[in-house]
Amino acid sequence: MIYTMLIEAWSALVANRLRSALTMLGMIIGVAAVILMLAIGGGVQKQVSDAVSGLGSNMLIVTAGSGRQGPLSGGAGTGASLRIEDADAIAKIDNVAAVAPSTSLAAQVVAGPVNWATQVTGTVPGYFTVNAWPAGDGRLFTDREDRAGARVAVLGQTVADKLFGANDPMGQTVRIKGVSFTVVGLLEHRGQGFGGQDRDDVIVVPLTSALRLLQGNAIRRSIRIISVGVASAAALDQVTDDIATLLRRLHRLRAADQDDFSVANLTAITDTLSTTTAAISLLLAAIGSISLVVGGIGIMNIMLVSVTERTREIGIRMAIGASRAAVRLQFLLEALMLSLIGCGIGVAVGTGLAMLAGRFIGFDTAVTVFAVVVAFAVSASIGIFFGWWPATRAARLSPIEALRS
Amino acid sequence: MPPLLALDAVVKDYASEAGTFRALHGVSVEVQKGEFMAIMGPSGSGKSTLMNIIGCLDTPTTGTYRFEGTDTATLSEGALAKLRNAGIGFIFQQFNLLPRLSALANVALPMVYSGVASGERNARAQALLASVGLADKPRSRPSQLSGGQQQRVAVARSLANNPQLLLADEPTGALDTRTGVEVLGLFRALNEQKGVTVVIVTHDPEVARATNRVVRIQDGLVFYDGPPTEAALYGHAEATA
Repeated sequence: MIYTMLIEAWSALVANRLRSALTMLGMIIGVAAVILMLAIGGGVQKQVSDAVSGLGSNMLIVTAGSGRQGPLSGGAGTGASLRIEDADAIAKIDNVAAVAPSTSLAAQVVAGPVNWATQVTGTVPGYFTVNAWPAGDGRLFTDREDRAGARVAVLGQTVADKLFGANDPMGQTVRIKGVSFTVVGLLEHRGQGFGGQDRDDVIVVPLTSALRLLQGNAIRRSIRIISVGVASAAALDQVTDDIATLLRRLHRLRAADQDDFSVANLTAITDTLSTTTAAISLLLAAIGSISLVVGGIGIMNIMLVSVTERTREIGIRMAIGASRAAVRLQFLLEALMLSLIGCGIGVAVGTGLAMLAGRFIGFDTAVTVFAVVVAFAVSASIGIFFGWWPATRAARLSPIEALRS
Repeated sequence: MPPLLALDAVVKDYASEAGTFRALHGVSVEVQKGEFMAIMGPSGSGKSTLMNIIGCLDTPTTGTYRFEGTDTATLSEGALAKLRNAGIGFIFQQFNLLPRLSALANVALPMVYSGVASGERNARAQALLASVGLADKPRSRPSQLSGGQQQRVAVARSLANNPQLLLADEPTGALDTRTGVEVLGLFRALNEQKGVTVVIVTHDPEVARATNRVVRIQDGLVFYDGPPTEAALYGHAEATA
């Protein structure tokens, strides 16, 4: 019976081709808008998450505790709480792929007549791996140079520009706090960080050299930061906990003591960003759905006209035994068919537009199966919701009056 | 065995702007299975109202209407729809075929609502078309058929679910005399060969003459109930005697 009614519904739509097509147009535009908006939203989301993963999202950063214990008890002692030994211990934790202890200090750097205030980072070669930061020119320093405390330096792009301008810095000497370092490499361009700071405004030297030659005696073995590369994003939380437990033990903290270090990861930032972009795509989809609702009202309008026009048909059907439920079903099926066919065409149009938009904007605007499923589900609901009233009106007709019309 | 139709003191009121209008003032009629009869009356006599009640399209205000002994007032909307679907076959003056459907689909439509499987439905619809002499027209739309052919399709449709009652409203009103006679012949054959009860509502004495019994309605009351005598057919006052 349903099959027969589907065929009848189809023939009713075909009998009024132009009207059916115009009614569907509302749905087509609505669905195409939603599909397009979801695709663009998804593209934005992907773009952002790719950008974030470039920051090293599988990375944990362990920093020495700072003023956390109050304005007076903070200070030098707490800042010196991380030691190289801590880094060695962290390296032995499960799922830790790489560990790079580093320290940093602000210094005035001199090259011949030019000088420049910048950040000097002392670290091990693993640092470049953990941060996914290769050399743009020349080379990075080696483990051997680090252990030996060699006086070699790798420059960030900004520092190289400021100190050497157009000249080749390779093999040149820079003086940091009166100590001469030979430039062996140039880091790849990095751009701005989240705070807007220039991440290329840096000089990287071996950790041993930095501790020995640049940092004061009192805090010789203390470091500022340990960057920890984690094997997978899934292990981030576990490794974070393990590091905290380990460091509390190594630092002999009692249960009541606060941590004298902190472990941060970039997932907090990633989460915030993905929440934001998800909200953006939701907003875009919401704008699209407004046109869907308008399309639904178009269907209701045309179905009401259709019920009025076909009053006599309804009367005949009732006289030969159609129950009210059967009459309602017939008109609901027509509304549903309008909305679903419109949806199908809308998905095709939306996908086409998304591909076109992707080509223009230059990022991936793939239409997901999810978006298509949602479009069909929403269209079906719209068909039923906006078809219900006209169908009910048809079903409530008195057969005598319907026959008389 | 109860009569097929039993109306007992049926009153029907309609609310109108001018107040309540009483279309039937207490009509009592019994129709036995296998009868071939006409309900006559001038327009405004209440015969259409009576037909709507007999056809279960309308319900009495007071009084009872029993179909095969069942009081129709006790039936739900759904049960009434079923009764219209399988118990009663309607034939209308204007044929009332669905214009978009083929002759075959029109004949098959009542079986769609009674849930007959499509293969059986189409076979049976084709057989019914053949029985009214339209075996060669299953694909034709109503607009491609003559009036007589359309009415024969309507007769075939009315027989789809083997109803006990054929209820025809001015079935020859839109047909020329010869075609009208053919359609009446079809009714007669159905009545005699298959025992279908036929009730024809008409104002045409020539149509009523072909039946075995005439019930004449006037001013909402049964005015005459008996064989189709000339007086009964032409509504002379002495017919009451």
